[in-house]
Amino acid sequence: MRGDPGATTVLRPATPRQALDALRREPRALPLAGGTDLMVSWNAGLLGGRTVVDLSRLRSWAAIRSGRESVVVGALATHAALQESAVVRREFPLLVAACATIGAVQIQNRGTIGGNIANASPAGDTFPALAVYEPLIQAVSASGRRLIAFSEIFAGVKKTTLCPGELIESLELPFLRPKPSRQLFRKVGTRAAQAISKTVAAGLLWLDKKGTVAELRFALGSVAPTVRRLSAAERFLAGKRLDADSIAEACRLLEKDISPIDDIRSTRHYRLEVSKNLLRQFLEGR
Amino acid sequence: MIAFKVNGKKRVFKGAPFTRLIDVLREHLRLTGTKEGCGEGECGACTVLLDGEPVNSCLVPVCQVEGRTVETVEGLGSPEKLGVLQRCFLERGGAQCGICTPGMLMTAQAHLRRGGKSDDASIRQALAGNLCRCTGYRHIVEAVAEAARAEGKR
Amino acid sequence: MKSLQKQEKFVGRSGLRREGPAKLCGLARYVDDLPLPGCLHGVTLRSSIPCGRIKGLRFDPAFAWDECVVVTAKDIPGKNVVALIEDDQPLLADGRVRHPQEPIALIAHLSRARAYEALKHVRVDYEPEEPVLTIEDSLAKKRLLHGADNVFKRFEIVKGDVDKALAESDVVVSGEYRVPHQEQAYIENNGMAAWVEKDGTLVVTGSLQCPYYVHKALMKAFGLPESKVRVVQATTGGGFGGKEEYPSMIAGHAALLALKSGKAVKIVYDRAEDMAATTKRHPAVVRHRTGLSKDGKLLAQDVEVVMDGGAYVTLSPVVLSRGTLHAAGPYECDHVRVRASVVATNTPPNGAFRGFGAPQTLFAVELHWEKISQSLGIDSLTLRRKNAFDLGSTTATGQKLSESVGARECLERAALRSGYAARRKRYDLWNKNPRNRTWRGAGLALVHHGAGFTGSGEVYLASKAGVELTRDGRVVVLAASTEIGQGTNTMFSQIAAETLGAPLDCVEVAGPDTGRVPNSGPTVASRTCMVVGALVRRACLQLKDELDRAGRGARDAAALRRAARLLCGREASRRFIVEYEPPPEVRWDDASYKGDAYGVYSYACCVADLEVDKATFEVRVLRLTTAQDIGKAINPLLAEGQIVGGTAQALGYALLENPVYKDGAMLNAQLTNYIIPTAPDTPPIDVELVERPYSRGPFGAKGVGELPMDVPAPAIAAAVFHATGLWVASLPITPECLCREFHDRF
Repeated sequence: MRGDPGATTVLRPATPRQALDALRREPRALPLAGGTDLMVSWNAGLLGGRTVVDLSRLRSWAAIRSGRESVVVGALATHAALQESAVVRREFPLLVAACATIGAVQIQNRGTIGGNIANASPAGDTFPALAVYEPLIQAVSASGRRLIAFSEIFAGVKKTTLCPGELIESLELPFLRPKPSRQLFRKVGTRAAQAISKTVAAGLLWLDKKGTVAELRFALGSVAPTVRRLSAAERFLAGKRLDADSIAEACRLLEKDISPIDDIRSTRHYRLEVSKNLLRQFLEGR
Repeated sequence: MIAFKVNGKKRVFKGAPFTRLIDVLREHLRLTGTKEGCGEGECGACTVLLDGEPVNSCLVPVCQVEGRTVETVEGLGSPEKLGVLQRCFLERGGAQCGICTPGMLMTAQAHLRRGGKSDDASIRQALAGNLCRCTGYRHIVEAVAEAARAEGKR
Repeated sequence: MKSLQKQEKFVGRSGLRREGPAKLCGLARYVDDLPLPGCLHGVTLRSSIPCGRIKGLRFDPAFAWDECVVVTAKDIPGKNVVALIEDDQPLLADGRVRHPQEPIALIAHLSRARAYEALKHVRVDYEPEEPVLTIEDSLAKKRLLHGADNVFKRFEIVKGDVDKALAESDVVVSGEYRVPHQEQAYIENNGMAAWVEKDGTLVVTGSLQCPYYVHKALMKAFGLPESKVRVVQATTGGGFGGKEEYPSMIAGHAALLALKSGKAVKIVYDRAEDMAATTKRHPAVVRHRTGLSKDGKLLAQDVEVVMDGGAYVTLSPVVLSRGTLHAAGPYECDHVRVRASVVATNTPPNGAFRGFGAPQTLFAVELHWEKISQSLGIDSLTLRRKNAFDLGSTTATGQKLSESVGARECLERAALRSGYAARRKRYDLWNKNPRNRTWRGAGLALVHHGAGFTGSGEVYLASKAGVELTRDGRVVVLAASTEIGQGTNTMFSQIAAETLGAPLDCVEVAGPDTGRVPNSGPTVASRTCMVVGALVRRACLQLKDELDRAGRGARDAAALRRAARLLCGREASRRFIVEYEPPPEVRWDDASYKGDAYGVYSYACCVADLEVDKATFEVRVLRLTTAQDIGKAINPLLAEGQIVGGTAQALGYALLENPVYKDGAMLNAQLTNYIIPTAPDTPPIDVELVERPYSRGPFGAKGVGELPMDVPAPAIAAAVFHATGLWVASLPITPECLCREFHDRF
C-alpha cells in the first residue's frame, strides 16, 4: 500500500446537495463510489494529496426504480444489485450478463454503474450493453442538471464529457418494445473469470415478419478508445435479408467503426478477427 | 470517529478516515488473519464480509464502514472449535500455504449462507475472486461442497 | 508392500495438516503479521534502466530526510554480494546497474506510506548503455556482459555417436520450441524483518524457503561469524522456488537498515515490486533433431538448449544442469547429445521455479513427439510405448535404472483412466461437424523428474537433520526444511511417529531457526521428503534404538516421559543428528557429465482434454487426468495437493501466463494483467498415485514437489494441436497465437 491516509482529505456529504456543493468548491476532488478503481490507484500511490468526496451516504442514488416505460437506475447501484433486480433481469438481460462478468463477487458487491461510467475505461464491460440499450444519463451539478445520451458520454480513454463538479445521478433505460428477435452479450477476456476484456460485444436484432432486418444494434468494447456502435454495419443491414453476402459485408464494414490496438492484453489482429467472428455468429443466428 | 461492528463486537476507529479497512483490521485491531496479496482487488486474500457480502478490504476506506458490520476469519472459529467450513477445509486439504485461506473461507462462507449451489461449477464461479496458487482449487471446491452437505444435514 | 502398508499407522494415511487449524483461523503469523512495535518500514530504490553507469543520487532538499534512514552500498560492512554460487550479484548496485529494478538504495521510515513517498524524492542520474535484452542478442555478443561470450555456463551430454546415428536413421524430425518467463505468483509477497540483538546478533525472520542460504549470505555481507547471524522462518505463504534465493537479498536489505537505524526494520514488497523485481522461471529456446526408424524406434536425439539467465549468475548453472539432464525425456536412446548453455542479458536475474529447468526442456521433448507422430504416421502414445524407460534402461548420462521405474505404468494408467484413445476418436468425429462451435482435442505427455540435488550435489550439501527427545517427553524433529504449504510439518511428523511407534501428537516439528536446527539443506529440488525425510527417519531409528535399549518404547505419552527422564539425565533434551551418506551405488562424474545424475526418478503422465472456441480461439481445458509415480505417498492427501496444485500452475504456464517485457522490464507486473488461473479456469484434475517404492526413500518415497509442473504443458499443447491442427510450439498458447496461425493458414 503506497497511499497515505493521513495525506488524503475525505469529505462525506450526507445529501446530494452537500455533495454537489463540495464539488463546486473543489472541482478537482475525486468522487468516490464503490472504490474499485479509485482505491487501486490510491494503493499504488498515484493519488497523493487529492481530496476525495465519498458519495456512499447518498443512499437514494442507489435505488433502482421501475416505471411504465423505463427503469431508472441510480448511479450508486452496484453490479450485484443490478443482477438481483427483477426488472433489470427481465428487461435488460445483456446488462445483467455484463455485470456478472465484472471482476468477481467482491468487485460486483462494491462497484457501481455510475462509477463504472465515470471511470470511462476503454474496457468497461457494461458499456456495450448500455450502448445498445441507449439509456439517458441524468447528470447533476451545483448549477443544475442535464440529460446526456449514452452515446455522448465518453470523450476518450478515461475521459467523459461530464464537466468538473458534475456527477452522474442516474441512468434511465427505456424498455425495448417490441422485444428483440435475437440478443447477445459476449465478453472475451484473458481468462474464464475476473478478466479484463480483450473484446466485449453486445447485440440486439429485430427481424420483421419477412425475415429482413428491421433494426440492428451492435456495440463493441476494448477495441477503440471508447465503446463503439457499429453504425456502418447497422445502417447497411437495415432492410436487408441476412445472407452470406450481406453478413460478409457487415463484417467488412465493422472495421470502419473500431480501431483496436496492440497492448499488454491482446493484439489488434486478434481483437479485429474475434470481433468479426462474434458479429458473424450473431448475424448467422448460431 | 468511525463506529462499526467487527465479528459482533462494537469498534471505534479514531484515525484518518481514509485508512483502508484492511489496515484498520490488521494494524489497529490486530486481526491479522485478513491478508493483503495485491492491493488491486484481484487476489481476494483480503476478503471480509461487509454486511454479510464479500468485499476486498484493501479497496474499502474505513469511512465507508461507518455503522456497518464486518466479519473476518477470526469470527469463524478457533483452533479448539473450528467452524464447519474450517473443519471441512482441514479434512479435505483445502489449505496449503494458508495465505489465501482466510479470504477464501469468507467468500465461501457467504456463498453457503446465501444458499448458493454446491455443484463443482457453481462453487468455482463463486470463488472466482480468490486466487490460490497452491491447491489448484480442487480440494477447496471439495471442502466447500462438503460443508454445504454438512450444513444441509443440520 | 501390501502387508507392510497394513502395519503402518501413520505413513500412507491422509493425516491432517499440522499447522492447518492456525492457518484456518487466521492465527498463523506471516512476516507482515509479526508485531514489531516501533519498527521501521523499508523500501527499495531501484534502477529504472536496464544497463548503465550511476552518476549519482540526488535527494530532494525539500523532503524531510531527517525522518528517514537511508542506506547505500557504502553502508555494507562486509562484502557487497548476495552470496550464492558465484558472488557476482551485489546487494546494492555500486556505480553501475545491469538490469531494470536492480536495488540501488534503501530508505526506512516509521510509516510505510511515507517511506514510499520518500522514494519519489530521490533522483538517480544515469549514463545509460545499450542493453542486451534477448537470448539472440546475447549469443551474438551485441555487447559483452559476461566473460568472453556472455555464456554463464555450458553443459554437454554425449552418449554414443549422434551424427552417425542421425545419418543412418529412416527419418529425422527437427523442431524448435520456446518457453517464456513465468512468475511464481505465490499469494504472499516476499518480505523480511531484521533487527540487531544487544549482543550484536543479527536476527532476520521472514518469508523464505532456505534459512541457511540466507544465513550464508548475511555472514558474508556483514562480515559476521556463524554464531552472530540467526535466521528464522516465519509462516510462508507459498514459494515454488520464488523464495529460494531472493530472500537473501531482502534479508540483507532489511538488516542493513536495521544496523544503521538501530531499530527493527520490515521490508514487505507489494505485488508490483515483487513481480517486477524478483526472480522468474528462465525463458528458453530448445531445438531437437531426432532420428527414428520407420516403425518409431528412437535412434538418435540431438538437443540444443539455450536459457536466458538474466543479469547475474545466481542459480542459473544449476537450473541449466537440471534442464540439460531432463532434455532427452524419459526414453531410452543409444545416441544422445545435449548441448546447453545459459546466457547473460540485461534483465532481472531468473531463478528457481518449481521444476527448475526441467519444465522448459521437457515441454520441448514431449511436444516434439507430436511432430514425430505426424512424420511417421504413428500416434504418439504408441511411440512412447516403444521408447519409454523401463527397469534396466539406460539414460542419456549412462545411468542404468535399477529400481522404481514407473514410467510405463504411469503412461498406461493415465491413458486408460482418461480413455485417451477413444476420446481422440470421438473428438476427431466432433471436429468433422462444422456446426459445432468448438474444436476438441486430447493430448498426452510423459516425464521423469530426478529428485534431490543433481549429480554430486547432495554430497556437497552434506545435509544434517535429526530428532530431539525433550526431558518432558516430546519428540521434536529438527530440520531446516521449511513448511511452505507443501506439507513438510505433517509429513515429517508422520515419518517420525511411524518410525518410533509414537503417537502423532507426541511429535512436533521445530520451526526452522538457524539457532536451533541443523543445516539440512535448502527446501528445493523435491528433496525434502526423499532426502531429508530419510535423514529424519534415520535419526528416529537411532532414538528408537535408545528407547528400546532403555526398555521403554514410545507407545504413549507416559512411556515417552519415563524414557525421556532416563535418556536425558540432567540435560533438557537428547539430540540425535545424522548426516547424509551418499548411497554407494551412485556414481557421478561432473567433468564428463556421465553417471547417476540422480539417485532415482519420479514419473508422471498427463492427459489433457480441451476445446477451442472457433470464434474466439479461447481454450477451455475440460479435464486433466494424471498418473504419477512418487514411490510412496507418505500422506496421500498432501501428495495429491502437490499434484493438483502443480498441474494448475502448469496449466497457467501452458495457456495464460504471458509476461510482457519492454526494455528488459516486466510491463504487466500486476495480478490484473499477469494472468494466473482462477477456480473456473481450472478443470477437475483427476489424480492416480502410482507407488513404485524406492529403497533409499523413507518408506519408499521419492520426490513429488516439482514433477506435476513438468507434464501438463506439453499435454495441453498436444491437445490444442489435436483439436485445431494449428502448430504452436511456444508458450503460452494464447488465443492470439491460435488466431494468427489460423489466419496464416486459411
